[in-house]
Amino acid sequence: MTDTVAWRGWLLDPAPASRRQARLGRWYRAWMAFRRNGLAMTGLAIVLALVLMAIVAPLIADPASANLQVLEDRLQPWSSAHWVGTDELGRDILVRVLFGARITLTIVALVSLIVVPIGLSIGLPAGYFGGWIDAVLMRITDIFLSFPRLVLALAFAAALGPGIENAVIAIALTTWPPYARLARAETLTRRRSEFIEAAELQGASHLRIILTQIVPLCLPSVIIRLTLDMAGIILTAAGLGFLGLGAQPPAAEWGAMVSSGRQVLLDQWWVATVPGLAIFVTSLGFNLLGDGLRDVADSRSA
Amino acid sequence: MTAAAAEAARTSDGWARRFAGPVRHAAKLLFSVALTFLGLTCVTFFIGRVIPIDPVLAIVGDKASIETYNRVRIEIGLDQPIPVQYWRYLTKVLHGDFGVSVITARPVLDDLLRVFPATIELSMFALIIGVVLGIPLGVVAATHRGRWQDQVIRFASLLGYSMPVFWLGLIGLLTFYAKLGWVEGPGRLDIGFDDIVPTVTGLLTVDSLIEGDSDVFWNSISHLVLPSSILGYLSLAYVARMTRSFMLGQLKQEYILATLAKGLSPFRVVWVHALGNVWVQLVTVIALTFGSLLEGAVLTETVFAWPGLGLYMKNSLFNADLNAVLGGTMLVGVVYIGLNMLSDLLYPLVDPRAREQR
Repeated sequence: MTDTVAWRGWLLDPAPASRRQARLGRWYRAWMAFRRNGLAMTGLAIVLALVLMAIVAPLIADPASANLQVLEDRLQPWSSAHWVGTDELGRDILVRVLFGARITLTIVALVSLIVVPIGLSIGLPAGYFGGWIDAVLMRITDIFLSFPRLVLALAFAAALGPGIENAVIAIALTTWPPYARLARAETLTRRRSEFIEAAELQGASHLRIILTQIVPLCLPSVIIRLTLDMAGIILTAAGLGFLGLGAQPPAAEWGAMVSSGRQVLLDQWWVATVPGLAIFVTSLGFNLLGDGLRDVADSRSA
Repeated sequence: MTAAAAEAARTSDGWARRFAGPVRHAAKLLFSVALTFLGLTCVTFFIGRVIPIDPVLAIVGDKASIETYNRVRIEIGLDQPIPVQYWRYLTKVLHGDFGVSVITARPVLDDLLRVFPATIELSMFALIIGVVLGIPLGVVAATHRGRWQDQVIRFASLLGYSMPVFWLGLIGLLTFYAKLGWVEGPGRLDIGFDDIVPTVTGLLTVDSLIEGDSDVFWNSISHLVLPSSILGYLSLAYVARMTRSFMLGQLKQEYILATLAKGLSPFRVVWVHALGNVWVQLVTVIALTFGSLLEGAVLTETVFAWPGLGLYMKNSLFNADLNAVLGGTMLVGVVYIGLNMLSDLLYPLVDPRAREQR
């Protein structure tokens, strides 16, 4: 008990003795603010559950069983053997939803890995150097920003051919512009700071200043934005899957599963609705989490 | 701002000062719109080139001789350098020539103009639902900040944000069409009502009213109500959320306190004074919402077999009808750019701060 108190006291010390203590203390205060937000905690729980699902899926079910067709068991309602029933090829829907979490998370992770570096490498130089570099880079960003996302992703996916990799590329190509704008705005507010001047006076190169001084300051807002965007990424990916442009059969992609359940919607409604529910809950989770993170960040800056 | 412009702004009278900013802004905007349009054509041109379908083969078929192949290749200009090809493409697009659709064997532009009204009708009804419900909900959420009304409205709009529209559409069809029978099913009209009303605007509700055919009118409304409510819910979510945050900004201002102190009723202060100041920003939001509705229409139209632009593009996609897909992309892109321009134009006209910054 006294241990816990000492540990909290160390974290909440108003006069931290080290940089590490100050940083951990700041995170701890943010966490305490976040913890008070019930909806945000729900979001965190949903996202963590999703990650857990994706990790343990191969442990609790045989990966092959996601695509195992048992035609005599097709379109079964829920039972003890198939908790939410089976689809039109006799595959267990719950197992497929479980493995679908892996595909969804992979898409989200890949898109994030592509989008953040592109956004930063366009936005940071634009804000840092200003002038014509800014004008050119921001013009390119504006052009991409003024495209309707799903339609452009559709056109890209159509050009590159259907498939999960191309869906990722298509989504990433339409997602990066807001990050470039965000990184530029963040850079502009810090550009004239004294610590940047100090680094310049010490002879640090532009690249070094950007990477060591500006990037760390941009990252929190980029991460919050990314969390808020993830719901949109999931919905776009599911939409592409639903249209048949995402992961191809027999992959257990949620959007494609909803699409294949359409044929039997009126009689076996669970085939289409269960994977759709998974999409909905997941994107809700990311939205709640992102909202909560933003609230924490706002209250800190206010 | 250049020195000359600053000088002009200082010396000229109030009218000129008031409009010099917007006019200069409009000129700048036109330039950036033209650039964006060029960017759009670059992207569609690029997509047209990277697509793994050989456009020559698509025309001549794979049994054609090598001579025919080469002749057609030269005919459609694929032997030219890429900038030349792009220039040709651009001139064609500017003349409204998007090529011929492979499936319908008609010019893509004709097809697009034929299907677009269906999408407009769907999105307009959705937008009306979103705005008529979304703005009051946003205002109520702002005035009841933190109380249960605010929580409920925020949560409802969060649900709208997170909803896969195609899934909601399927559930809607299942519930209100298949189980309850309250509305008509997929499509714009029952088969028996097809082609009764002559096409004037392409909007069936308007056309049937012009013709005075109430049967067709009510049938089309009955088909329209479910898809447009579902799309409308998504725009409601966005409009309510934005209205709430704009209103919160206004309600913090001192003039609210002043008008209340003056003795105006709180109702009037909120719905007339505060909301009046928010309208400008809301116009921007509404314009952008309409753009996102066009996107949502692709999925909704697929679910509801709604013969609009989205379904047309989707069908073209699966028939490798590239001209049609790119034409559709171009149309949506142009509408999008137009809406962005509109909101950019409206904003500084009413908000002096935006005028200063640009």
